[in-house]
Amino acid sequence: MRDSIILNLRAVWARAYVRIVGANREPSWIIAETLLPLFSLSAYVFLYKAIDAPAQFIGFVILGGTMTAYWIAILWGMAAQFYWEKTSGQFALYLIAPMSRMAILMGMAVGGFFMTTIRAVATLIIGCLIFRVEFQVVSWVYLILIFLLSMVALYGMGMMFASLFLLWGREVQHLTNLLQEPIYLFSGFYFPVKCLGTWVSSFASLIPLTLGLDGMRQCLFGQAKAMGFMSFKLEVLILLGMDIVFLYLAGKMHRIMEYKGKKEGTLTTRWQ
Amino acid sequence: MQTESIKTEQLTRAYKGKKKADPSVIALDQVDLSVYEGELFGLLGPNGAGKTTLIKILTTLLLPTSGKALVAGFDVDKEAQKIKPLINMVSGGEESGYGILTVVETIWMFSQFYGIPNKVAKERIDKLLEVVGLKDNAKTKVYKLSTGMRQKMNFARGFVSDPKIIFLDEPMLGLDVEAARTCRKFIKNWLNENPTRTVLLTTHYLVEADELCDRIAIINHGKIVACDTPDNLKLLVQREPIFQLETTMMQNEIDEFKQMAGVIDLTYSHNIDKSTTSFRMRLSKEEVIAKIIGTLTKHNLKIISLEKREPSLEDVFIKLVGKKIEEEDA
Repeated sequence: MRDSIILNLRAVWARAYVRIVGANREPSWIIAETLLPLFSLSAYVFLYKAIDAPAQFIGFVILGGTMTAYWIAILWGMAAQFYWEKTSGQFALYLIAPMSRMAILMGMAVGGFFMTTIRAVATLIIGCLIFRVEFQVVSWVYLILIFLLSMVALYGMGMMFASLFLLWGREVQHLTNLLQEPIYLFSGFYFPVKCLGTWVSSFASLIPLTLGLDGMRQCLFGQAKAMGFMSFKLEVLILLGMDIVFLYLAGKMHRIMEYKGKKEGTLTTRWQ
Repeated sequence: MQTESIKTEQLTRAYKGKKKADPSVIALDQVDLSVYEGELFGLLGPNGAGKTTLIKILTTLLLPTSGKALVAGFDVDKEAQKIKPLINMVSGGEESGYGILTVVETIWMFSQFYGIPNKVAKERIDKLLEVVGLKDNAKTKVYKLSTGMRQKMNFARGFVSDPKIIFLDEPMLGLDVEAARTCRKFIKNWLNENPTRTVLLTTHYLVEADELCDRIAIINHGKIVACDTPDNLKLLVQREPIFQLETTMMQNEIDEFKQMAGVIDLTYSHNIDKSTTSFRMRLSKEEVIAKIIGTLTKHNLKIISLEKREPSLEDVFIKLVGKKIEEEDA
């Protein structure tokens, strides 16, 4: 048991190392990843300014733009990753090694989280400075809790997608694109999700970022409470439930995918 | 009594056709095989013979359709997790690792997937890089490596976990002559260091198989058609004389030789630059060569060289499979 834990921790660190080192060795990505998102984000800010929307809406947009980085990272850096690794032949080497594939996914998540957080923090700081966002923090504890729980649920979801995407094979790029854009709308990246109505908001809450954003906005901007979809304390509980369910399902799906792939012979077939 | 490292019993693997109505493709057909501890076992076969399928099953990447496969005494289907710490694999042309990492970091990363402590991993990596001649490139990023250097790195990666059983699937692909020789020497030494280790090697280089392997299995259409030591396999063609013949360029006369009584099999190649044709033919008896020379004279073809050859693994392969190892199906 102890050996197994050490083995898997080593695997987590080794796989995370690739992304952490990658972030340091190619610093040019920081410019592209932090400055470019500010352009699309600015468009929404100016729109709100033009229509004389309440000041906190600018903060909503900056926070939404910050969290966009995590959604993109989940789709391209987690969900599609196993598929890319299969096409390069690397996945077979993961499969024959004794560590759990969940440790590899966890390593990707830890490394990806580190890398994405650099982008997210940069976007947040620059955005706040340029547009002079004013915060009225209601609760730091809940803010941090909601952020962390959202991240666990989000990366758990990424792990689930990694297994599913592996089975869908070549369709993976289209699926990733398909999931990328609509979520900006349904999760309310640039506006309070409550505007979408109860039914759509409830459905969109299956994406952890929907509740995460809603909860963090309520914690960061005092006046936003009235615009919240539900109480942020309730959102904490739901996110906690999502963490457990998504991580459990990720493990389960991965085992099913591995068995099915081994049975059908598709697990190591490149370009399939 | 020898201990079996790998054992298969009636091992069969079928792949479904692309459409539901398509028949299944049998990649392995009731394969019975035993590989023993301390052995360097070669697996030879033309493309599509079932070599990679067999390796995939033995490395737990694929489940058998029927039959049984045991690696280090464990069932590949039910006890894969017990097999994994004991094995590793190197494939020719694999693109493992990440371009952003250095050679050392890449091998270290894979060593961590086997839970090897950092200090031990570092010592092994240093030694392996020295052996494969990559020590000067230890800190080179992977994306800067040439194909050959990359393959050397893969080679080191496979051995870093110090496996009990290693599967080498065309491991010398892309290596220059000197590097391939070094790696062959390393494989032999590695095996000699510990008699409980086992190597299963697939290769297209028959000379390499002849030099390295204790025993060789020849596989064709998913079936093992022969399995023995290289010397014993050569006995299969010892009684039939083999001649190597070079003549001026032939046009349509080759069929005549192929159909000639006493010619068991014949392979040939043209050299356009030299305007010559080279044959390798196995005859039922030595006297047939006189008839061949007569026919060549009749067609005004000049003999450039004629040599009686000792049987090689290639001759065995042609006898059993019906074509050269590198030839594709017509």
